[in-house]
Amino acid sequence: MPGTMAPWSGIEMSGEAGFLTSRLDEAIGWARKFSIFQYPFVTACCGMEYMATACSHYDVDRFGAGLPRFSPRQADVLFVVGTISHKIAPVLKRIYEQMAEPKWVVSFGVCTCTGGFYDNYATVMGIDTIIPVDIYIPGCPPRPEYVLDGLLKLQAKIQTQAASGERPAPESRPEFER
Amino acid sequence: MDLAQTPESPPREPETREMLLNVGPAHPAMHGIIRIVTKLDGEQVVDTEVEIGYLHRGFEKMAETVDYNGVIPYTDRLNYVSPLINNMGYCMAVEKLLGISVPERCHYIRVIASEISRITDHLTCVGASAMELGAFSVFLYMIKAREYLWELVEMVTGARLTVSYCRVGGVKADLPGGFDERCRKALQETRKVLAESDALLTHNRIFVDRMSGTGKISSEDAISYGITGPFLRATGVDYDVRKDCPYAVYDRLQFDVPVGTRGDNYDRYLVRMEEMEQSIRIVEQALRDIPPGPFLAHETGRPIPAAEMVDEGKIGNITAIVGARAVTDPTLEGAAKSQHPNIEAGEKRVFLPAKEDTYGNIEGLMQQFKLVMYGHGIRPPKGEVYFPVEGANGELGFYIVSDGTSSPYRVRVRPPCFAIMSALPKLLIGDMMADVTPTFGSVNMIGGELDR
Amino acid sequence: MNDAFLIQAVKDRFTDGVKTSHSYRGDATVLLGREFLLEVARTLKEDPIFQMNFLMDLTAVDFSTFGTKRSPAFFVNSGVAVSPSPEIPDQDPWPGPPGPARFVVVYHFFSLPLKHRLRLEVPVEEADAEVDSLSSLWAGADWLEREVWDMFGIRFRGHQNLKRILMYEGFVGHPLRKDYPVNKRQPLIGPVN
Repeated sequence: MPGTMAPWSGIEMSGEAGFLTSRLDEAIGWARKFSIFQYPFVTACCGMEYMATACSHYDVDRFGAGLPRFSPRQADVLFVVGTISHKIAPVLKRIYEQMAEPKWVVSFGVCTCTGGFYDNYATVMGIDTIIPVDIYIPGCPPRPEYVLDGLLKLQAKIQTQAASGERPAPESRPEFER
Repeated sequence: MDLAQTPESPPREPETREMLLNVGPAHPAMHGIIRIVTKLDGEQVVDTEVEIGYLHRGFEKMAETVDYNGVIPYTDRLNYVSPLINNMGYCMAVEKLLGISVPERCHYIRVIASEISRITDHLTCVGASAMELGAFSVFLYMIKAREYLWELVEMVTGARLTVSYCRVGGVKADLPGGFDERCRKALQETRKVLAESDALLTHNRIFVDRMSGTGKISSEDAISYGITGPFLRATGVDYDVRKDCPYAVYDRLQFDVPVGTRGDNYDRYLVRMEEMEQSIRIVEQALRDIPPGPFLAHETGRPIPAAEMVDEGKIGNITAIVGARAVTDPTLEGAAKSQHPNIEAGEKRVFLPAKEDTYGNIEGLMQQFKLVMYGHGIRPPKGEVYFPVEGANGELGFYIVSDGTSSPYRVRVRPPCFAIMSALPKLLIGDMMADVTPTFGSVNMIGGELDR
Repeated sequence: MNDAFLIQAVKDRFTDGVKTSHSYRGDATVLLGREFLLEVARTLKEDPIFQMNFLMDLTAVDFSTFGTKRSPAFFVNSGVAVSPSPEIPDQDPWPGPPGPARFVVVYHFFSLPLKHRLRLEVPVEEADAEVDSLSSLWAGADWLEREVWDMFGIRFRGHQNLKRILMYEGFVGHPLRKDYPVNKRQPLIGPVN
């Protein structure tokens, strides 16, 4: 495709060279989306459905996302699973900052999307007020089928990101910048 | 540092210092988020400090803002691996406050649901702690068994994990048709999984070496900390709320309570495995003894889809629906009018009427209105009550204070794993760093219950 | 020992300490002056007729808005007669909140050998919210008292390590008090929404 920007070089490619870089971007996107190393930041009840999704019945391993890496430095997708209280919020932010780019954030469960029905003094009303989020999976807890649907949407997002030249890490919402 | 031996001076010991190691709050071996600050002398744990509260969600404060039935979803999320036990505990506490009792079939249904929940809790606990010791297959087998049980729970309640099945004065719906054989099949599969896991773990040299002798606590210490449940029973004290302060129909069912001897991790594992077998036994007895409900095959009345019944009722065409029987989706089955007397206490001020009555006659409509409308609802007399049930981790008690209005004045849940976690320093001090993982796994800390 | 005998036994031992007692719905409850708490607790633990070896629960209740909440429902307070009355009548009504004190610290004891339960209630004024700590008798009282301090602001004399347990440092206020609004957030990071 003429006019594609190779993300790392900044040089505009055209013609045949552009075609090659776009195929390369697609290949990189394909490789990235099928080798997801997740960091499961599991806090609450959604952790049980996360476990169910990861195990034999609903097997997330067939999507390439079966290996959790328990160190943020080695992971590329941060699954925030379960209610985030104000006490653990700084820890979550620090873990997000420790991850290397490209990184994505999946907000698993309605407590992380918007706070759920815990509208009180202790709960963060949606983690997108603290860290930028790519995919929201609502549900209390979401069925494993919803989780897999969210994972497929994440994979579609990962596939297009390299090709479109977007910055691999998601943009954060400026009004919540602190 | 000169360690060479010279003729004048003998070899010196290397200097060491204690190290402060922070485990958590985000740590792979921690079930949920908790912070353990350990002071280590080499590999040995010299002192620990446990910090909790990372999942505090304000259950007790939220319970004061909703009405009595509205607290039930919050109770689901307390001990989220055995939600039916929490539901039952809360509902029985409110029923004690109201002074009403539910029909016998309802008691049996609640007992069956509680025991299935207890099995799922122990499966999760033993599976996860086995996974942390490296036995990943056992974890997968136990989660497979848990899936069978969750499919069963979904058949009855409509949800896998956060069920909200019990109501004050009864349960949401009766057991669906075909529950009996599906339950027996699921329990058979569970027994197979338990046998497999037993063969893999109980005499496994690595498992036994890592679990026995670690995380020991004496029974006097356990009682002083207020520990109950399988943890206490593994130290040799025979206390089970189902036997000593029986509630529902536990006094009619025969089951054994496994008691350990040494109070270490291995005994706790054995107690939990045996408790699962006993829970299966209880469910089988309950299925045998449960008083029969009306058979759906003997239903009278012309079947009408539920949505049509609602529409006819709303436009006032009562004659079309008098005597009709609503046909609902299979996941909503069990609350039909003919099954209603079996699942609710007869108190009109507490339990919603069957939908056929709500849309069919004015008394049912008024009953529905008075219970559902904001500010009306269940109004128990002023008072305070404490009701303990046997949760999967120990005595789960609900202390409810009512001021006569539609929302509770104070709901306090006595969390069983709070007591166990306060004893965690005692369990860890003296053991090695590597023993923190099996000990913490056998504590079965559930964040929703600990921090509420 | 059933609840009537239990209450009588406590009253016989501590006649000046016990203010009132009742056994609403079968739960033996004794209201105690706070000076007597440590002594009564020790007796309950060690005396052979009580043998309360378990301190099951330690919590508090804030009675400041008891009975003052006006129901928001239509028709409830308008005097329209409804039959049957929505309040479920009680044959043996509860005596009511213990006195004018704002807080009441509630202790639940259980005896494993004798299988009886007792509830002790100790009223505490807001101005002088302090009670003796039971952590010298039961090790489990340690964390339970820290939680009451965290949620209500009641101090415990003799407690070694009275600091917040469920909330974080930097949180101002005691959340379970009735005057703390339910959604007043004090975030460490992020916006207050």
